[in-house]
Amino acid sequence: MPAVKGDGMRGLAVFISDIRNCKSKEAEIKRINKELANIRSKFKGDKTLDGYQKKKYVCKLLFIFLLGHDIDFGHMEAVNLLSSNKYTEKQIGYLFISVMISANNDLMKLVIQSIKNDLGSRNPIHVTLALQCVANIGSREMAEALGTEIPKLLVSGDTIDAVKQSAALTLLRLLRKSPEYIQIGEWASRVIHLLNDQHMGVVTSAASLIETLVKKSPEEYKGCVSLAVSRLSRIVTSSYTDLQDYTYYFVPAPWLSVKLLRLLQNYPPPEDPAVRTRLTECLETILNKAQEPPKSKKVQHSNAKNAVLFEAINLIIHMDSDPNLLVRACNQLGQFLQHRETNLRYLALESMCLLATSEFSHEAVKKHQETVIGALKTERDVSVRQRAVDLLYAMCDRTNAEEIVGEMLEYLETADYSIREEMVLKVAILAEKYAVDYTWYVDVILNLIRISGDYVSEEVWYRVIQIVINRDDVQGYAAKTVFEALQAPACHENMVKVGGYILGEFGNLIAGDPRSSPSVQFHLLHSKYHLCGPATRGLLLSTYIKFINLFPEIKQEIQNILKSDNQIRNADVELQQRSIEYLQLSTVATSDVLATVLEEMPPFPERESSILAKLKKKKPNQVTENKEPKEHKLPQAQINSNADHPPAITAQAVSSPSSTGSADLLGLGSPTTTTAPASTDGGSAGLLVDVFDLVNSSSGGTSNGFDASGLTPGADENYKKFICKNNGVLFENDLLQIGVKSEFRQNLARLAIFYGNKTQFQFAGFSANLTLPGDLSSNLTTEAKPVGSLVESGAQVQQMFNVECVTPDFSEAAIFNIQFLYSGAQQKISLKFPLTLNKFIEPAEMDSPTFFQRWKALGQPNQESQTIFKAQYPMDGEQAKAKLLGFCLSVCEGIDPNPENFVSAGILHTRNEQVGVLVRLEPSKQAQMYRLTIRASKDPVAKILCDLLSSQF
Amino acid sequence: MSLTVIISGNMMQFMLLFSRQGKLRLQKWYAAYTEKQKKKTVRELVTLVLSRKPKMCSFLEWKDLKVVYKRYASLYFCCAIESDDNELLTLEVIHRYVELLDKYFGSVCELDIIFNFEKAYFMLDEFLLGGEVQETSKKNVLKAIAAQDLLQEHVRMHV
Repeated sequence: MPAVKGDGMRGLAVFISDIRNCKSKEAEIKRINKELANIRSKFKGDKTLDGYQKKKYVCKLLFIFLLGHDIDFGHMEAVNLLSSNKYTEKQIGYLFISVMISANNDLMKLVIQSIKNDLGSRNPIHVTLALQCVANIGSREMAEALGTEIPKLLVSGDTIDAVKQSAALTLLRLLRKSPEYIQIGEWASRVIHLLNDQHMGVVTSAASLIETLVKKSPEEYKGCVSLAVSRLSRIVTSSYTDLQDYTYYFVPAPWLSVKLLRLLQNYPPPEDPAVRTRLTECLETILNKAQEPPKSKKVQHSNAKNAVLFEAINLIIHMDSDPNLLVRACNQLGQFLQHRETNLRYLALESMCLLATSEFSHEAVKKHQETVIGALKTERDVSVRQRAVDLLYAMCDRTNAEEIVGEMLEYLETADYSIREEMVLKVAILAEKYAVDYTWYVDVILNLIRISGDYVSEEVWYRVIQIVINRDDVQGYAAKTVFEALQAPACHENMVKVGGYILGEFGNLIAGDPRSSPSVQFHLLHSKYHLCGPATRGLLLSTYIKFINLFPEIKQEIQNILKSDNQIRNADVELQQRSIEYLQLSTVATSDVLATVLEEMPPFPERESSILAKLKKKKPNQVTENKEPKEHKLPQAQINSNADHPPAITAQAVSSPSSTGSADLLGLGSPTTTTAPASTDGGSAGLLVDVFDLVNSSSGGTSNGFDASGLTPGADENYKKFICKNNGVLFENDLLQIGVKSEFRQNLARLAIFYGNKTQFQFAGFSANLTLPGDLSSNLTTEAKPVGSLVESGAQVQQMFNVECVTPDFSEAAIFNIQFLYSGAQQKISLKFPLTLNKFIEPAEMDSPTFFQRWKALGQPNQESQTIFKAQYPMDGEQAKAKLLGFCLSVCEGIDPNPENFVSAGILHTRNEQVGVLVRLEPSKQAQMYRLTIRASKDPVAKILCDLLSSQF
Repeated sequence: MSLTVIISGNMMQFMLLFSRQGKLRLQKWYAAYTEKQKKKTVRELVTLVLSRKPKMCSFLEWKDLKVVYKRYASLYFCCAIESDDNELLTLEVIHRYVELLDKYFGSVCELDIIFNFEKAYFMLDEFLLGGEVQETSKKNVLKAIAAQDLLQEHVRMHV
């Protein structure tokens, strides 16, 4: 038996020894029951026990309780000990109470009375004991009884440091439990100033308290920011000898540093520039120290140092304002990714997840992609691999989606069961979010089902069906792919579900191939029928009835199956009912009725992926809505309006299912099922008529009722504003604001259009599309990305447009039509799309001889256009220069001897050719006139550019 | 129903000490758990931590919390913290507590903690309070404990 420290209780030590010597669980229970009986008789006996005995028995009860046995007596004796004047008895009493008494115990009033007495004691050690008990129990009653007393104790000048420390944290505990009873109000400033206290222990405790107060009322405690920054600054710049015992393995005050860094994460970056600079210096110092050689080889040194470093990085990420710090943080974490300490690799992966969501560091994080993929493959600890998965998910964007999704799919084959479901969700989300090509998306989801079918939740396979139904460009591919997947000898039930649904809707798209003829499709699906559960069987029966409609030639065969006893006498009521009803439907109904009932499912309303909702539910604090990272390449799939599509590009993939009743189910194969934006033909005509309309209108020159005079007021002026700039507001009224951000590279343009709903209500049926009047459709190809049909109140949605310049001679604007329902009223806005010929120019630098040589070479009359015009705006050299640069031209210095004059050059890029452009602009301030001369190698580029540019001065 | 907002902090939720055989030696709960929840939690975590191999990461995700653990000789020290709290510093909270026990008992071993369990609790209350670090100075904590012991001696002399 080892030495018992302090005022030992021999009887207790003997009892503990006895228990340890018990050979079996039964023997232990026997010994304990004997002891309990003994204690019970002592407590009930006539002889009054002295304090020591009470303490000993209470302590034994506590020991028995901590071994895991229930104790239902002794509480009163423990409460008696609280009022003992012997410290050790009081202390054991408090320990018992803290561990054993639940907050609503009847004895609580007595306990609180004893606590009150001890808080009033002149002996600080008793005060501390009482405070610790309050902190350990922290009940509502205690908050009510002591909520005013403890704050006083905290700020009183008479309180010694050790008591202040306990008071701060006790108060914190009560504040968390029942803030309504805690009155700090008038002392707020004194509490804040505890951050300046001489005693580091007091500051450490106070920092925790203040952080909680700050969360409650940030404005009131705002003053703590500058105090926290200066305290932090003093710590990080101190040498490790300055802080004596508060230095931990050569790291000055790591606990306090971390608390201060956390406290600062409750506020935006400091407004006061001096404070902000000081904080930046602190963070830089911490980052610098991470690069210094370690002062000790002990792991405690590196842990403490890195604990501070990680917290500093958290603050840097929280402020998200200093690109330099963010990138440095990212580099530092990059080093840790390859560290030999597993803990550091884990934490680096975790922190990088946050960095990936900052626009400043997203790219820097992506540099580590290979290392992270390596971690996924080589880490031996599943919790580290899980972090690697999280990080890959966070760093994914359009540029690396294919690779990351590929790696995750590969890993999924061997992944730990514990993380599969979450991985499946993540892969499904990434594939949908970054799909440029939806055939890829379909492949990914089917692979998910193949590799990890058990972990593919309903949300995932529902979603792939939704997307296939909403996107007609992928339906044929999807049908073909599921058909192939179903041919695998063992395929997952989820695959059968998806396959059944998709073939039921779109099986006709592949039925032309004898290898996947209707009969082959049907037999393939039916071969899986008996291997599936009732839910899937029900789904397959629905597929069969759809087949009867799609493929009359196999009707008889399917009816025979439905007729079989196996179906119409099936013990499962649902299956039986379906069989009977489907059989009846196929027998009784005419083919017209059948076609109506069984027509293709209408598109689903656009909405947030339910998969994302599920992941959010699973990991509420981890799913950050990745800011859509900037797109880095132009999608390959561009629609050439010259070719087989009508020039009206609908932005909306969702068509209104208004064509009920028409026999268009069999017309599914037609690739042109996007709805016409201005269709007013009612239900009966159906889609084909609309498409026909569009074709007509394109040749006729009237574009769906929007002719030039039909533009929304202000459209022309706003359009002109974009001639020399790329970003801005294109349109604004009381309901809607439309913003534009555009990027150009040679002959390619990419415009992000932002629709902001300024109202209290959602916009329904939202759609936006472009029409290209006249010859414009041969000059440009445009592609509009789909946009959701709902714009919520106060929300902003983005739509991307990709445009390619095919020929260099367009002068008209594309017409940009926006429609939506606001409070039941149809709103139509018609604007000029902010895209002009000059946007496809890239500036060219030139010296004087080259310029004049080329200028002379372009001497043909149709290569030059000149105009002399009156200045509309004040004549200012700097502004003129800015406008020329905004027009995508260079401004070449030293060519024209008159410094007032401008000489510019550029190359206009189109798909088919490049056109050299030279410009001279000669202002005459005296006359308030300009002379603009443009020469270009191709007619009529000079004329078009001359008109555009002259409108800007 | 009270409408007050419960303010969550970043406090430690609980600390457990158990042996390699899975015997619980100390439990300190800073957040409200019923006895039933406590027993279930201990059972789950002991199994989970004992199944970990050496060289594995010291941090585990467990429910919506993070578990930080470290083994010292025959004892596992295991703390549950909130998921955004500082894991590395929690490892050092454990280490500092071990140092305090070590200094007080002089080369602490599992038996010291079994036979002097109340002292282990007193020491913990001086170091951590309400799940927050109260005093990080080894000297100050030991001074406080020494003052308690002195009071015991003092009282005994006057009895």
